[in-house]
This record gives sequence, C-alpha cells and structure tokens, in this order.
Amino acid sequence: MASPLGQSVTLHDIAARHLHARHRLLQMLREVQASRSYVPEEAIQFFAHVLNLPIAHVRGCVEFYSFLHTTPRGQFDVYFSDSVTDRMAGSEIVAKRLADRLGVTLGQPRADGRVTVSMTSCTGHCEQAPAGLANGRVFTRMTEARIEKMASLIEHGVPVSEWPAEWFHVDDGIRERGITLETFIPPGEAIRTALARGLPATLDEVERSGLQGRGGAGFPVGRKWRGAYETKGAHYITCNADEGEPGTFKDRVLLAKYADELFEGMTIAGLLVGAKKGYVYMRGEYEYMMEGLQTVLEERRAAGLLGENICESGLDFDLRIHLGAGAYVCGEQSALLESLEGKRGIPRVRPPSAVKIGLFGQSTINNNVESFVQAAQIAWKGAEWFSDHGETKSRGTKLLSIAGDCQRPGIYELPLGITVREVLARCGGENAKAVQVGGPAGTCVGRDEFDRRVSYADLATGGSIMVFNDLRDMVDVARQFAHFFAHESCGFCTPCRVGTQMLKHYADKIADGQGTQRDLEQVKSIGEFVKGYSHCGLGETAPNTLLDTIKRFPEEYTSRLLAEADFVPDFDLDASVTESRALTGRQDQLDQVHSD
Amino acid sequence: MNAPTEQPARLTVATCSLAGCFGCHMSFLDVDERIVELAQLVTFDRSPLTDVKHCSERVDVGLIEGGLCNVENVEVLREFRASCRYLVAVGSCAITGGVPAVRNKFTLESCLREAYIDAPGIDNPHIPCDPEIPLLLNKVRPIHEVVRVDYVLPGCPPPAEAFWELLTALIAGREPELAYEHRRFD
Amino acid sequence: MSETKNTFTLDGQPVVFEAGQTIMNAALAAGHYIPHLCHHREFKPHGSCKVCTVRVNGWLSASCTTPASAGAKVESEAPDIQEARRRIVQMLFIEGNHFCPFCVKSGNCQLQAVAYHLGMEDTSLPHRFPSRAMDASHPDVVLDRDRCINCSLCVRASRDADGKDLFGLSGRGIDTHLVVNSSTGLLKDTNIDANDRAIQVCPTGALLVKRRGYEQPIGERRFDAQAIECEFESKY
Repeated sequence: MASPLGQSVTLHDIAARHLHARHRLLQMLREVQASRSYVPEEAIQFFAHVLNLPIAHVRGCVEFYSFLHTTPRGQFDVYFSDSVTDRMAGSEIVAKRLADRLGVTLGQPRADGRVTVSMTSCTGHCEQAPAGLANGRVFTRMTEARIEKMASLIEHGVPVSEWPAEWFHVDDGIRERGITLETFIPPGEAIRTALARGLPATLDEVERSGLQGRGGAGFPVGRKWRGAYETKGAHYITCNADEGEPGTFKDRVLLAKYADELFEGMTIAGLLVGAKKGYVYMRGEYEYMMEGLQTVLEERRAAGLLGENICESGLDFDLRIHLGAGAYVCGEQSALLESLEGKRGIPRVRPPSAVKIGLFGQSTINNNVESFVQAAQIAWKGAEWFSDHGETKSRGTKLLSIAGDCQRPGIYELPLGITVREVLARCGGENAKAVQVGGPAGTCVGRDEFDRRVSYADLATGGSIMVFNDLRDMVDVARQFAHFFAHESCGFCTPCRVGTQMLKHYADKIADGQGTQRDLEQVKSIGEFVKGYSHCGLGETAPNTLLDTIKRFPEEYTSRLLAEADFVPDFDLDASVTESRALTGRQDQLDQVHSD
Repeated sequence: MNAPTEQPARLTVATCSLAGCFGCHMSFLDVDERIVELAQLVTFDRSPLTDVKHCSERVDVGLIEGGLCNVENVEVLREFRASCRYLVAVGSCAITGGVPAVRNKFTLESCLREAYIDAPGIDNPHIPCDPEIPLLLNKVRPIHEVVRVDYVLPGCPPPAEAFWELLTALIAGREPELAYEHRRFD
Repeated sequence: MSETKNTFTLDGQPVVFEAGQTIMNAALAAGHYIPHLCHHREFKPHGSCKVCTVRVNGWLSASCTTPASAGAKVESEAPDIQEARRRIVQMLFIEGNHFCPFCVKSGNCQLQAVAYHLGMEDTSLPHRFPSRAMDASHPDVVLDRDRCINCSLCVRASRDADGKDLFGLSGRGIDTHLVVNSSTGLLKDTNIDANDRAIQVCPTGALLVKRRGYEQPIGERRFDAQAIECEFESKY
C-alpha cells in the first residue's frame, strides 16, 4: 500500500526478502497488492510453488483479507472509515461526494482503472473523523472542500505522496494523561530493573500489581505469564496491535509514542519465559507507523536491548512486526496466531489455550499493546505504583478512546472504576443519551445507567467509548453494527456465519420501517442464539448492541414497527419486479406492501 | 336414507396452487376412498376440486402448494391467507421455492432470453409483455417470506398420509404429528 | 467408586470415556447419538457446524471438540438445545440451495437426515439463493457448491485419508466457499478419483460421483425407513 514498492518488484524479490518463510505469506501478499493493486493469479501460483504450499491455501488467504483483492483495484485506492462515529462526522457524505466527482460506484474500480472508492471497517482515527486510507496512507478530517481537491488530484494522476501533507496529519489525540502516559522508560531501564530484581521476582511484581488484559477481556496478565513460565519447551511472545474494535484508537498513540515501553514489556516477558522471538501483529491500517517502529527496533538492537545477550543477561530475544490486511477477527487471540502463521484468520478450538499451544504450536504469551506497556512500567516502578490506582477488582488506569457526540474527543487515561457519568463530564459529553462502552462488541448503556462503572467488574472495555446524543437514532446505530459483524464474521461456524447475516437482514428491515413485532422477536431470538452457539468472541458479542438497544431504547424500535401489520414480506416486493419491468417495458405497480 | 346431521363445528377447507405442478393436490387425492369420510367431516371451499375460485369469507384450513414466481402468485397468496384461519404450506415449492426456484441461480433476463430469444426455432423472438401475463419476480420465493404460515406439510409431494394426519388432527383439535416416514423433503 | 473417575453423564446416562476422548467420541462409542454434520470419527474434529453443541456443566460447547471430563454433567437433548440445533440446520438450508426433491443424494444425505432427526419441517428464515460456481469439469466427479455446507470433511479426508490434499476453504464470512487445490481451481486438473474418501464423507450432495444417481428406489435409501440415530445408537 504505502510501501515504496513499484511494479518492478518481482515476486522473486518479495519471496526472497521474506526468506521464503511460509508464515510470512500474508506479508508477501500485502506487498504484491501494494505494488500491483491486486494479487494476480500468477502470484498465487508462484507463492504456492516457491513456498511449497497448496494453491488452495494461498488462494484461501488472499480471499480472506479485505485489503487483498483478486481483481485490479484502481491506481488510486481510497477507503473511507465506516465506523459509526466516522459516519456521524460525515464519512458517508464525503465518500459519496468523491465517488460522484469521479464517476465511480462505491467499491467498484472505475472502468479506466484510475480509482476505486470504498468503505472499510473503522480505521482507528475516530476522534479525527472522517478518516480513511489513500493507497494505504491514513488521512484524517476529510472535508467536502478537500474532497474536491482530491478528486482533481486523482484525475490528474498526482501520486498520493504529493498530496497536501496536512491531510495525512494524525494528532496523538491525548486529552488526559495518567500514570502510564506520564511514564517514559529510558530505553533498557525496565529490563535492567527486572534483571536486577530477578525475572521470577518481576513476574511476582506483575502478578501483585493486579494488571489485567487491556484488550478488554481482562485476563490477569501475571497469571498468563506464569502459565507460560511454568510450561516447558519453546515460547513465543506476541502482541495484539490489531486494534480493530470500532471506536478504539488508544493503541495507535502507544505505538506512535510509547514503542520503547511496548518493546520493553515484550522483551521482559520474553526473557522471563525464555522466548527467542516475539511478534507484534499490527493492523494494516496502521502501516504508516511501520517506519517509526522499525527505527525504534533498530535503535534497541544497536543498544543491546534486542538481539543476543540482552543487557548482559546471556539471554536472546528479538522482535518482528507483522501487518494485518483488514480482518477484525484477527483481534481474537487465536485468529491472530493463525494470521501470524500466514493463514486465514480463523479462531482455533479451545482448549488448549495459547499459553499451552500457541504460535507455531508453542507456548505463547499474547497481550494487548497497553498491557505490555503497563507491564514494562510495573517492572520498572513496582506493583504499588500501579495497584494504588483503580478499584479492588480492576487495578490501575485504562486508556479510553472517546469519540462521537462530545466536545473533546480523544484519548483519556483514567482510573478503572470511574463512572460513565464522570467520563462524560471529562470529555464534554453531558448531553449523551447513550454510551457504547467497549465498541460494538461491548455494552450500550442509557442515561439511567450512567453511574455504572468502567471496570472489569461492570462495563469492560478494550478502550472504545462512543457517545450518542438525543439526535442519534439508536436503531440505525445498531443496524450499522449488525452490518459490521456480518462483514467481519470469519465464516467458520454456522451460527455466526449465517446468524450475523440474519441479524443484518432483520435490523435493516426494522430500520427501514418495514418491521413488525414478529421481526423484533426474531432479532431477540436469533441474537440470543448467535451469542450462545458461536465459536468465538466475535459471534458471542455480535448481537450485543441490537439486544442492548432493544432493551434500553424500546420506544425507538416500537415507533419504527408497523404496528397494525401482523406480517410484512422479508423482501421488497416492489423492487423484486424491477428486472421484469425493465425487460418488458411495463410499469405495473404492485399493491403497496400491506399486512395480511 | 337419512340426511347427514349438520355438525356445527364442521371445518371448511380450501386448497390452492401457486407456482407448482398440482402434484401436491394429486397426492392429497391419494387418500383414496377416505375422501368420502373427509367430505363428511369438512366442507370444501375454494379449490380446483370444487372449481370455486375465491374463498368464502372465512375458511378454517387453507392448503396451498407452489412457490411465488410472479405478482399474481403474490396476490393470490395474500387473498388466500386473509381468508384462512390456518394456512398450510404444502410441499417443497411452497416451503423452499422448489423446482421453479432453480432459476434463482440465473438472472431473470438470461432465463427469458434463453426461452424467448436465443432458443432455436423461435419465430418473432421477443420477451412477451402482454398485460395479461403477470410480471415475474426477480427470484422465486417460498411463501413464508410473504405471509405468515401456520403449518407445513413437507415433501415432493407430501404423502397422502401427511394430509390425512394434518386434517384429522385439526378436526380433532390436536396438534398434527407427522410420522418419520411421512416427513420427507422429497 | 472408581468408575466416576472416567465417567460423565449424558442426559443423565453414565458414559465411560478414555483419557483424551472428546464428549462426542465417547458418546458415539457408547452408543449414544449426538447429532453432527462436520464431525466424522475417522478425522480430526473441526467444531464448525455447531450442530453437536451440548451443555457441559452449564456451558454450551461443541461436543466434538470438548474433551470429556470426569463427573461432567452433559445435556444434549434439552429442548432449548434441540431448538438451536434445528435453527442451525435451517440456517444451513437457507444459506445454500438445498432442493431435496431433485438431488441425487436425497435419502442418503446427512444434512437431510439430521434435519429429520431434529424434527425440522421447514426453513422459516429468508432464503439466500446463492449462485455459487459449479465444477463439472472432471469426467467422474462433480462439485456443486450450492449444496456445500463448509464442513471441511472433504478437506480433511482428502488430506488425511486420500493423501491428496485436494480441497481447502476460502473466502470469508457468508462468502466462505470450497476451493479445489489445482492451478486452474478445477477438479479436472486434480488426481481425484471416484473412490476417494473425500467424496464418500460429504454429508450433502456437494461432491458426487457422476452417472451414479438414484441407484436405490425411494423407500430403500439409507434414511428412508431408519432415522440417522439408529446408525449410532446401541438401543436399535
């Protein structure tokens, strides 16, 4: 995408640069996509041949990830972030405006191959929305005026690298700093402290701090590390920097400004369990940070903080960064590991846990970016520095990414246990009627629940907080989330693969004013079913917002229902004779949709 | 001979066919001589068997075969549904679209071109557009996508025993229960 | 009692298991049927169709991938679970194009038989009517993707039993589909054979041997007189 590769890069070069390593297949395919605007059949055959992989495996991988395509995209490939909060900031309007100006249909390349304009799942820049990607480069704060200019640049074939730099400016977005954002570790100091204290004693310290997984699930970090520590054999450390939960963008600032702290945390974990290698799995949308991260890695290698004999410990550890290619499900731990191995991101069967059998079949510690950063700070500053904050069952502070209807969107580091009301007061979201805590997979709360707490014991979140005021239509919000999950379901298990499609269908029907009480009951019943019977966390949480909003904002639904109707067709009858009308030239009108 | 005593609770039964082959109706007639028994228990209303074209105001049980191919099917189905206390989707076409739904794999245009333009030996090739011919739906649909369905009789066709069980159960006021061998999708 | 050490209960019935056995395999070995589609005793469990979901000590879990554990209380035929299984099978029907009346697999089809077992009579959900590519390129074998339920049994059987590795799953979400492992993506360019295990294990009519249809008259097919559970349960 934004890589400097040109068409001249051969498939051989790409395979060679990745040492013909099968697990780097996705990285290779990304480079093919970037240099050729698609992954041609020839490339699929080539990699299958040189990596000695089944063609079906390579094809399966290409067809799984949203940013890989089997047919050419435009020379300019523009995506607009489709998160609810981006839409609230006008993403749909600017996307349609650009498409209109360029004469393209959303998602389809223009006939002359010049450009493709599409929507994509949340790109993680919600507080600077509308955001998106142009040939892999992140742009923010898109306006209609800028769109006019962009259309002209595209028509004139001006490369993205020559577009106005301010379009690509990404603020760090920090609004409130707490202990974590105020603590910069001089490179190597946390490692040295850990080694001096003793690695097992450092593990005790992490355990004692009460640090829980910052991705949202809240599994105690120390317990995970101890599990791996007590598991024999080889180990890996992996970091989940996939940050795909719509409305979450706090890892973005950590990756941009706290990379040393992140790598320090991963290194300490690596030294503890005797891992030789670690991987950061970063979402493809964050590719623009790759260069900066590579620089930090180089500096750390030069300083003896990565590589062999780290800080004279006699222990070796090194890190690589892998990029995703547009698949929300890869934020699920075991899907992430599959993706790191160069496969489709299909969540594994559990048990065993990754701590027992993880990456390449070995014991693996996989933590969120924020977890590793805070673990490093705990190793340096001690358990109490951390555990003095927060509440009994949810220690420490948490980075929250706040967007939507508030005056001061951005990143806030706040103690866990804080009430939704306090959060709203800080970000200027007092007029909220609803707050989505934890993204589409989280919980939607209404005004009477604003005294509930952001914590693992109550409203858990990986960081996403979306604020909605009285003007927002919660049925439409839930509908958009239903679309998101239907698009992101990996397709492995029946309940999620088909169920999310059914939820999308009924959510659309209701939101379009064609729903009946029966359809609402279907949403509830299918929703509970998908939650209960799905294979992984994606399906288990996919119906949350629909079910939450039906419970908390019932009047928004009931006012949409056709109260008199017992049954309304599952499809638009009138639209279902369009082909027939066109073929016969007749204009017969169907009776208006009515109840029977 | 005594005239049969009128029973006040006599059920009225209607039958109807949409995009189907009437095979379900034929199978219904395979109840053979029991049709006489049935005629003593129920009153037949709209049906190709009676040649009555529209339902009386209120019918107890409506059996409908066939899926929805065109707008006329939709209108007939809705009128039929509105008249029936219990609507029974009879057979694979009503339940899944059945054989007519095989065309769903193709665009309507390619189907019509194949039939009326490209096929060999056609005089005056054109897609018919006489207003008497109902407009086709883009896709053939099962009836449960357009109206509420109360009971189903699966099968292609459902066996006579399944019809018998359904009607005798409803007459007796109990829930129909199809035996394993009478609950077939083919 | 020493017996409780390797026993769990399935709907109240004690089932003895061996160390490392899944709930499914222990149940089947003991003559108890748990409905399933993507599972086959000969192959590594996949856990994707979710038809075999049971409640283990209160938690829903696919029995084909869940290890049996001593003293566990496993519920299989609870009404809510049977209801959910029916819904899963309905979803599989509406996701593809499963027209039983003219499918040569009808009567010998596990998807259909499991639907019968669960008392499914109709689909109740809106049909998707997909238009997936059919592969009739091979002289002896045909792949009709409209009937594929993504169970991956052919993928596993081709790889692990036939030693050919001819199939894989591709795509994402509702677009998940079976792909053929050849340069053209077509069966004609593989060494598939009509006797391959991959074809035999297909639980639907997706993979079929050509010119071998309707061999048994209606009434004499595998599931005509005898329900699928009879093939597994010791009580029959």
